[in-house]
Amino acid sequence: MTATIAPAPGHDLTPLPTKVAKKLGSPVGRAAVWMLAALWTVPTMGLLISSFRPEDDIKSTGWWTWFTEPTNVTLENYSGVLENKVNGLPFSDFFWNTVRIAIPAAVIPIVIAAFAAYAFSWMKFKGRDLIFVLIVGLMVVPLQMCLIPLLQFFGSSYFPDALEGTPTIWIAHAIFGMPLAIFLLKNFIGSLPSEVIEAARVDGASHMTIFVRIVLPLSVPALASLAIFQFLWVWNDLLVAKVFGGGAESQPMTFAMVDMVGNKGNEWQLLTAGAFVTMIVPLIVFLSLQRYFVRGLLAGSVKG
Amino acid sequence: MVNLQKRYDNGFEAVPGLDLEIHDGEFLVLVGPSGCGKSTVLRMVAGLEDISGGDLLIDEVVVNGMGPQQRDIAMVFQSYALYPNMTVADNIAFAMKLRKTDKAEIATKVAEVAELLELTAVLDRKPGQLSGGQRQRVAMGRAIVRNPKLFLMDEPLSNLDAKLRVQTRAEISKLQRRLGVTTMYVTHDQIEAMTMGDRVAVLRRGVLMQCASPAELYETPENLFVGQFIGSPSMNVVRGSVTAGDGDDITIAIGSQFISLTGEAAARLHGLREYVGRDIAIGVRSEALGGDGTASLDVSVDLVEMLGSELLVHCTIDAPAVRAIDSGVEVSDQPESTIVASLDPRHPVKVGDRVHLSVDTLRMHAFDLETGSAIGRH
Repeated sequence: MTATIAPAPGHDLTPLPTKVAKKLGSPVGRAAVWMLAALWTVPTMGLLISSFRPEDDIKSTGWWTWFTEPTNVTLENYSGVLENKVNGLPFSDFFWNTVRIAIPAAVIPIVIAAFAAYAFSWMKFKGRDLIFVLIVGLMVVPLQMCLIPLLQFFGSSYFPDALEGTPTIWIAHAIFGMPLAIFLLKNFIGSLPSEVIEAARVDGASHMTIFVRIVLPLSVPALASLAIFQFLWVWNDLLVAKVFGGGAESQPMTFAMVDMVGNKGNEWQLLTAGAFVTMIVPLIVFLSLQRYFVRGLLAGSVKG
Repeated sequence: MVNLQKRYDNGFEAVPGLDLEIHDGEFLVLVGPSGCGKSTVLRMVAGLEDISGGDLLIDEVVVNGMGPQQRDIAMVFQSYALYPNMTVADNIAFAMKLRKTDKAEIATKVAEVAELLELTAVLDRKPGQLSGGQRQRVAMGRAIVRNPKLFLMDEPLSNLDAKLRVQTRAEISKLQRRLGVTTMYVTHDQIEAMTMGDRVAVLRRGVLMQCASPAELYETPENLFVGQFIGSPSMNVVRGSVTAGDGDDITIAIGSQFISLTGEAAARLHGLREYVGRDIAIGVRSEALGGDGTASLDVSVDLVEMLGSELLVHCTIDAPAVRAIDSGVEVSDQPESTIVASLDPRHPVKVGDRVHLSVDTLRMHAFDLETGSAIGRH
């Protein structure tokens, strides 16, 4: 965490980041950053330690007591999570369900939002700004308020078997994720240098060509960071899947976790291990995409 | 043959109406101070800006409604606008690829253009790894390779440093002549305009002030604005009055001094006879002062600037300065003003001297104080 904020010596930064970096570079700032980082990490560390402690210990003492007898570890919780059957299905089924839900539910809204963001930024049509404001305004509508109307819509006779599988979950996630995605991408795509777009138009490119050949490659950092957000959100989701999904066979890992832990939380030693199992994929996704956060692909297009 | 005529009526009146014709193969420069609408005009020609009135014709076809991709034009942008995600070769080839040109032909043409612009060594690099001059040449290459009907250039040199700019200026001129492509070039730099253009169109607030060859603009500006905009140092313009114009000669008072125009000089400024007893603006370029001349002015020297090839002498004269402003002509309320004379560098003049500056009356200009238009033979 500190590494991304503290400046490497001799690095050229723009004025504002320099100021921030200077403040954070002072001993006091450094200490504060470290403290925040530690505070933020402690609960996760507690969870990690707990996941390796025997069930009795977890239920009787706090995780920090592990430090007094650090040899007292077990992999039982992990094997418990992986071997346990939920509704007669193995945990791995739920893992694949989550993958099946999360990837399309992250890709669909971002693809649509990228098209929309391009149109809102670079195509002229009547009512463009009004529509954009309306879409952004939709961000204030809480997800929970839309559950029932959307459920009625999917449950209506137009979609006889809609509520049996994952597509409804994809659509629901896409709908809920779109306003923010359009808003963020429009800000990014709209700030691409207009002369580059114009040059492409003069060169004879259609909107579609400009979008695919120029705007998309240049938007990779924005698309990647948005993809991370949306993916994490969908990966960790329980509510939308439970409402719009069918039976247990189409449910994600979060559903299995809840079931495993029990309604009253009586099996919560499994929660600790389960949390880490579910975290593996998002961690990989995050670490593999994080370089796009800091990389500036625009270097050299226009002077400056 | 490119036959371009247009008349706009923009909502913001950025360009209230402009008629201009570019001949085939011509290098036409649009020049004017910033905000004069020259870029807007260029962008309208490119199709990037809507035309709100009037017609734009290319090859005698009205292209108002056409998108930029249908107009067969190429444009070089001020910021170069290279595609940052593509290599130099891909940048140059982009337009051809879009037109589904044969791969082998693309390769040959890209190589040709790269050779011409000395870009062969950097074809595989991305724009971010190039120097300013190289980026500029890539932008040129991207335009040249298409062999368009019309080249548009929007201040393509303004991001280069001074030395490179002079060099590139000459290169663009040579290139344009070699390729023979009709070119419309926008700049705010009058030196660029003068050195590059076959013809130069001077714009002020979207209005065409004069369109002529560089020499003609310099020698016979049609109005005060053009006179002062073109040339460096700027033309000296002070208020004077016509005191006599009945006989063969015309006499002009400048401050407390008099200059009489005789013979050819009087014939050249024949129109002054109608201004007897009235104030006018008198313009003299620095090189028409201090050389051979039939008349002279008595001035005191304030400042001497040695440029090596010439000596710029700033002198005070007892007449108010006149300058062209956005809305017309402004006479300074200071009773004295500074005029600049360009003298032989060996001239022994010193600060504080009082000197007689000879005036070449054949190279004097006179302008109407109300309208700013030149007073001449008519």
